[in-house]
Amino acid sequence: MTGVRQAGIVIALFFLSVVVLLVMPLIGMKLTPLQAVLDPAGSGMEGDIFWRIRIPRVLAAWLAGAGLAGAGMAFQALFRNSLATPFTLGVASGAALGAALSIRFGIALSFAGISSTPLWAFAGAAASILLVYGITRVRRGMNTPTMLLAGVAVSFFFSSLNLFTQYLSDFTHTFRIIRWLMGGVQVAGYRSILEMLPLVAIGLGITLWLTRELDILTTGEEMATGRGVDVVRTRNLLFFGASLMVGGVVAVCGPIGFVGLMIPHICRLLVGPGHRYLAPASILAGGTFLTLCDTFARTILAPAEIPVGVITALLGGPFFLILLLKEK
Amino acid sequence: MVLYTDKTMKPSPALEISGLSLSIGGKEILKNVSFDVRQGAFLSIIGPNGAGKTTLLRCVMGMISSWTGDVRVGGQSVGSYRRRNLARLVSYVPQSDEMLFPFTGRELVLMGRYPHLSPFSRIADKDRRIVDHILQTTGTASLADRDIRTLSGGERQKIHIAGALAQEAGIMLLDEPTTFLDPCHTDEILSILTDLNEKGVTIVMITHDVNHAVHYGTSVTALNDGSVVFNGSSGDLMNNNVLKSVYGKNFILVRHPVSGKVMALPGQEQS
Repeated sequence: MTGVRQAGIVIALFFLSVVVLLVMPLIGMKLTPLQAVLDPAGSGMEGDIFWRIRIPRVLAAWLAGAGLAGAGMAFQALFRNSLATPFTLGVASGAALGAALSIRFGIALSFAGISSTPLWAFAGAAASILLVYGITRVRRGMNTPTMLLAGVAVSFFFSSLNLFTQYLSDFTHTFRIIRWLMGGVQVAGYRSILEMLPLVAIGLGITLWLTRELDILTTGEEMATGRGVDVVRTRNLLFFGASLMVGGVVAVCGPIGFVGLMIPHICRLLVGPGHRYLAPASILAGGTFLTLCDTFARTILAPAEIPVGVITALLGGPFFLILLLKEK
Repeated sequence: MVLYTDKTMKPSPALEISGLSLSIGGKEILKNVSFDVRQGAFLSIIGPNGAGKTTLLRCVMGMISSWTGDVRVGGQSVGSYRRRNLARLVSYVPQSDEMLFPFTGRELVLMGRYPHLSPFSRIADKDRRIVDHILQTTGTASLADRDIRTLSGGERQKIHIAGALAQEAGIMLLDEPTTFLDPCHTDEILSILTDLNEKGVTIVMITHDVNHAVHYGTSVTALNDGSVVFNGSSGDLMNNNVLKSVYGKNFILVRHPVSGKVMALPGQEQS
């Protein structure tokens, strides 16, 4: 029977995620002794660091990785292009502009307890998606090449505005903007996770619900229509879900590159192209991967931290080139 | 096992197209196109490039929605069907896009079961049996476990036809299924289609080959510049005036030295 091997790999990835989520919070500048974990009140600093800093951080990394990998996988199927990423539609530059504006002008606007920079980043991400979407719709129907081109144009436009904002900023602000652009998961407590969780959960839910449609969409829109897929509705839902995930993750963690490109690709090699297994595998592997990258980022130069986006990009750049050279 | 005939269907035409018109950007692509495809027919749609053949099929499939007129499947307007339900009655083999992900032949054919699966149901043994049966009857069993990207154009086309068959629809629309194929694969594809037609599937096929239209089909509809210029039995097409009205070009009609069938060859510019 087919599928046994794939199901095995998905289960293995699940347990790997569990192990990583349990072990990584213990690792840091100092290993947290188990006694401190079990008795946070009695052990002072160590228990505090574990429960209030490391656990939220590891959870944030896992969620962000899962969301980015899930969104990347969805975009690759939608664009029928294995080089598509969660940021293909200019989401990253939109979010970056929002974040830059809020840092530069100190736009203090919070909503339902959500802090200012993530909110502006999310608004920027949403604006770029709506803009790309709107441009594509004006051009009759929804076609993928138009969407990609619109994404590139919007991306450049927002990036220029971002540079302009930086030019007008003083040294401190510019540094904070650049630091934000590098991406990182050093979240403050559990609140950031609660900001991200609903968006990522809805997005992942939609993606996991539509795995059969994702398979058929990769064969082309006409073929999919012939098979009985409501292409427009399905595509809209998937765009919506993937955009929510990317917007949510970028708002909290900044644009962390290459996870959404690499992870679905590696998983495709592991479990094949069928999304029934590819979707859960990508989500689990994405979470695990980013958690490991972040642990590396915060320990290798401790007490200094490397932004995790730098690590993923350092791994992702060469990977992308290998991919490019291997695909005829 | 005869999978494809639906005995409950009235003897009304399988597909009725009446007054279908379409303009895009002020240009008329289809002009008042009307014709019926009767149950069990093997209809070829011919016409020069840009005549609107593919657009016509896209309108029928609902990929273009800005057309006016009426298209009925089984007596019911196509717009009134849910997509999934329509796909149980009509299957479609478009000119295929390049395949990008390494699905196997069997996985691709299994995708044809989509309209029969509810979002909650999983692919059942019944679906696998149907797919296995189709792989046998279309001669694609040897391609079942191969990466679709490594197949030749002809092999891939057979897989796509097998996928359409898995929908168990009574009507199959095909857009130039034999273009770009060598004579060997062309014959194979056409004999698969003839076979299906004999089992009761109504076939509507766009083709550029007048001789295929005549020898494999029972009837022909010809489009030129968005209008129907011929609609009748394939025998009546083999007439110099008719062919000239379709392609604006002279043809020479000859008998095949072996089979004795009438063939149309592109004529020299003289007459």
